[in-house]
Amino acid sequence: MMQTYDIPDGLIYNVPVMLALTIGSYLLGIYLKNKSGLSLLHPFLICIPTIVAILYFTGVPCSFYMEANGIIEFMLGPSVVALGLLLYDHMETIRKNALPILISVFTGSVVGVGSVYLLCRIFALDEIFVKSLEPKSVTTPIAMDLSASLGGNVSLTAVSVVLCGFIGAVAGPVFLRMFRIGNPVSRGLALGCSAHGLGTSRAIETGAVEGAVSGLAIALMGLMTAIVIPIFNLLFPLQQ
Amino acid sequence: MYLKGILIIIGFLALGNAASLMLGNFIPGSVCGMVLLFAALAAKIIKADEVRPVADFLTKNMSLFFVPASIGIMEQWGLISSSLIGWVGVILISTLLVLISVGGTQSCLMKAQDKFLNRRTEKCAGHKNLL
Repeated sequence: MMQTYDIPDGLIYNVPVMLALTIGSYLLGIYLKNKSGLSLLHPFLICIPTIVAILYFTGVPCSFYMEANGIIEFMLGPSVVALGLLLYDHMETIRKNALPILISVFTGSVVGVGSVYLLCRIFALDEIFVKSLEPKSVTTPIAMDLSASLGGNVSLTAVSVVLCGFIGAVAGPVFLRMFRIGNPVSRGLALGCSAHGLGTSRAIETGAVEGAVSGLAIALMGLMTAIVIPIFNLLFPLQQ
Repeated sequence: MYLKGILIIIGFLALGNAASLMLGNFIPGSVCGMVLLFAALAAKIIKADEVRPVADFLTKNMSLFFVPASIGIMEQWGLISSSLIGWVGVILISTLLVLISVGGTQSCLMKAQDKFLNRRTEKCAGHKNLL
């Protein structure tokens, strides 16, 4: 590993330092986003390269960083649970649109699984990519379980899920505007279905209804995809 | 105030994990916890104001909690860089297809539903006028 600066190990191999690195780079991302006024500049675009660069130049192994940040990653679980409150706040909107929501989410999960299957063949990707990417539109914990049961590479799935969420969160609002999809329920549902938690965090920024529907979409999309994948693979078998 | 909210959320995560285990890990524990918290709020077992401060903090900062997992991209670099363009291409196109198909379907269905409901209420109003 490259070691350009001579910093004592005790100062770097230190859990609080790793936690400060995560929160600090994230806040830097938010600061630059607000300062520049660019809504496309997702905090991730600044945060991730900053952390990767710092880890690379200080020679701190990625595994140590991830272990030290376990407490931040743990917060994902509680934050999904907390979406229950958003659901409760917007119960009326959701109940009024229950049937359309179910049909749309089903369409989304079939399009998601089917497009990965087709596109992987068009791009001539290895079969491991098909197995690892089919559950990519689903929140990380569900996606990893689905990938494991398909025989995919679980880490590749985790990274793909994040990239997918990132694309959805950054490009999603722009594309929705381009296709003139303007009502809050459709926007929230589309963001949650295509980009899981990252889409939801973006949807919450746009509005409370979007956020609630988007949270619901994470749950529904996870369920629906878990049902669609086994059926889809029966119809279109994977190569071993 | 905060502690009670934290306890409720962690408690529902634990309940969700237990429920997920009973369902054979088909749905992750956090999603089960979300549904259970929603059910408890709807049934008025828990007051919304008790969880609101903590829940708001968690949902508003959700992106931050994804950061550590994303750094895992450094470890998968070998596999990814071998077919980088294909990998990004598949995810990019597929994600946008899901986005547009869900948003489009939902918009169309909601318009259709509104039209249907409007026609029905107009009919009812018409009958009332006759009476």
